[in-house]
Amino acid sequence: MKLKANISNKIFTFNSVKEVLAKANEVKSGDMLAGIGAVSASERVAAKLVLSNLTLEDIYNNPTVPYDEDEVTRVIYDGLNTTVYNRIKSWTVGELRDYILDSDTDNESLKQLGRGLTSEMIAGVAKLMSNMDLVYASKKIINQAHCNTTIGVPGTLAFRNQPNHPTDSIDGIMASAKEGLSFGSGDAVIGINPVEDNVETVAKILTTVKEFMEKWKIPTQNCVLAHITTQMKAVEKGAPADLLFQSVAGSQSANDAFGVTAAMLEEAYELAKVKGTGTGPNLLYFETGQGSEISLDCHHGVDEMTMEARTYGFARKFSPFMVNNVSGFIGPETIYDGREVIRADLEDLFMGKLHGLPMGIAPCYTNHMKADQNDQEIGTMLCAMAGSNYFMGVPGGDDIMLSYQDTSYHDDASVREILGLRPLPEFEKWLEQMGIMENGRLAKRAGDPSIFDK
Amino acid sequence: MAAESQMEQLIVENVMKELAKRGLVGNGSQNQVEMPEKGAGSQPRIESYQENGDEALTIPDIAGIWVPNPENIEAIKVMKQTTPARIGLYRAGARPKTGAMLKFMADHAQAMDAVFLDVSDEFLQRMNLFSVDTMAQDKEEFLKRPELGRKLSPEGEKIIKEKCEKSPQVQILVADGLSSSSIEANVPDVLPALTQGLTAAGIKVGTPFFIRNGRVGVQDHVGRVLNAEVVISLIGERPGLVTADSMSAYIIYSPNEKTVEADRTVFSNIHRGGTPPAEAGAHLVDVIKRILKAKASGMKLNQ
Repeated sequence: MKLKANISNKIFTFNSVKEVLAKANEVKSGDMLAGIGAVSASERVAAKLVLSNLTLEDIYNNPTVPYDEDEVTRVIYDGLNTTVYNRIKSWTVGELRDYILDSDTDNESLKQLGRGLTSEMIAGVAKLMSNMDLVYASKKIINQAHCNTTIGVPGTLAFRNQPNHPTDSIDGIMASAKEGLSFGSGDAVIGINPVEDNVETVAKILTTVKEFMEKWKIPTQNCVLAHITTQMKAVEKGAPADLLFQSVAGSQSANDAFGVTAAMLEEAYELAKVKGTGTGPNLLYFETGQGSEISLDCHHGVDEMTMEARTYGFARKFSPFMVNNVSGFIGPETIYDGREVIRADLEDLFMGKLHGLPMGIAPCYTNHMKADQNDQEIGTMLCAMAGSNYFMGVPGGDDIMLSYQDTSYHDDASVREILGLRPLPEFEKWLEQMGIMENGRLAKRAGDPSIFDK
Repeated sequence: MAAESQMEQLIVENVMKELAKRGLVGNGSQNQVEMPEKGAGSQPRIESYQENGDEALTIPDIAGIWVPNPENIEAIKVMKQTTPARIGLYRAGARPKTGAMLKFMADHAQAMDAVFLDVSDEFLQRMNLFSVDTMAQDKEEFLKRPELGRKLSPEGEKIIKEKCEKSPQVQILVADGLSSSSIEANVPDVLPALTQGLTAAGIKVGTPFFIRNGRVGVQDHVGRVLNAEVVISLIGERPGLVTADSMSAYIIYSPNEKTVEADRTVFSNIHRGGTPPAEAGAHLVDVIKRILKAKASGMKLNQ
């Protein structure tokens, strides 16, 4: 294992695989905050050079967080397909990149490949890829999942209708939900973040949304994004939930801070199978984001992108219906500006897809980041080109409960029209019956939320 | 003709003077049109002087319903009453209408300015607050390195040692945090209410001052340097699009090396649309009295 590189007659020496991975990362404020990022452009490229020459076996033998100390590492290693891994373990990370981008490497080959890669290998190869490399490779990978409907169908782009309300007003939530549906947003899920994390609130929202879906025969899923234990209690009491949600992270200590373990997620999945209203087999919804481990001080000296890959390695054990990345939500101390968040979105989409996950992205930003609507729209268009399964849909792009900006109902409809992408098939039929969509474009009645109040 | 145009000029001048007196146009002196109180920072205040006397344009109001021939306009009216979300504003193709786009941009601009501009020197002079820095050199460093905003610079520590009364019962500090505009909008009402209320109750109040690029935790450093029994920070909250002017008060009893976040008593959402600033000031006096009596703050106060 060579950990030394010469860049313009300057020798850079690294001490560990973990350090190489951190310093090969593109600039992120979180890595600088943790004191592990490259301090110069030359050091960054030296780390990339060293990384490109490491073998997959070198990475396998040096997990960034030890197996015995961390549940996430154990989930990643225990779930690895060793037949695939043994076939490719002598490849360097540079060779892996070339293989992924090769014209003869198709969706099937990449999906099989992904089974034999640990999360650190996937993070490693993504560090050797430019933004266009990431879009090019992501675009090849098709990951579908099924709850009540199938997400990730080629040629489609779905949306989570996210009608949050600052006081959990049911009428207020339904007002925004109707607005979103009238723009064609909601085929991935109608999912609400509640302010109050309690069983009554969760049950009330789940029931109201489910009744609305049944009344209007809307082919989609419902979900309330409280803590998973709260949702489980609501389901046990008979509340109708198609998907169960949880935020997850890339280290055991960060998952502890979120109050979640692998056993708890298995239990939730079993409950969703026997008591949930979703058809399945995919019944879980996860949210992740670069920087959460750093902001919780649970990063073990590992860079935020590698931690994010490990999050996907953890998530894939539970065969979720959707994984949503919200890297722009955490704040300027982990992702500072528009450039960093666009890069993170593309990395995360690629890394999630190579893990075999049905990925969506929330190219979003907070008001204390140096980013604006234009950055967000660039990120959204690129992720759509790269084959994101879905985005969020927020009224006017302004989430009035979580106080951040995300893709709007307008953005959702626009991206579909720009790239010729369609809603999920059964949802498109419904939109046509409602007079909201015609030939893949918004029709006359689109944008009128009162079509549900005739 | 010459006499006529002289007369015309005279009339125009008189009208302009009168309008200026009534505060309808600016004349470069004190009679400017009142701008909304969003002018955080040291940027030059936008002059409202209008060459032709026309009123300035304002950002479109999005309270209305822009859907043409809706199925049920009454239903949309009800919907808009149930949520502050941006709904019922229709579309241009699939894109937002111009008015909705401008309103969004204006709201985000206020939020950005609240975060990235400084509280103005003129404001600090008017409030009689001297200013010290934290370890964060500028806004970028402040945002990227939260720990630097929790410690005063060596120079800042020296200045407060010189200028502030030692061992007060209550030390008040003002910090920009994530919204300079919230400081300019709320401190003029909160600070006098707080100081007068505490003094009237016979409580010894220290010398208030301002901290640039300060975070909540800097109050621990200040408390230790000045040996204060209680420290209260008035600090700007992270702005949303609905308001950029929300301020919080964090109160700590006898901060030391072992202080944790749960030891702080927090009172948030101080702004015109939340708890109005003068009311907040009076409320905070009561909270501080309780803290002094219990000799504890935060979770410990509630036990």
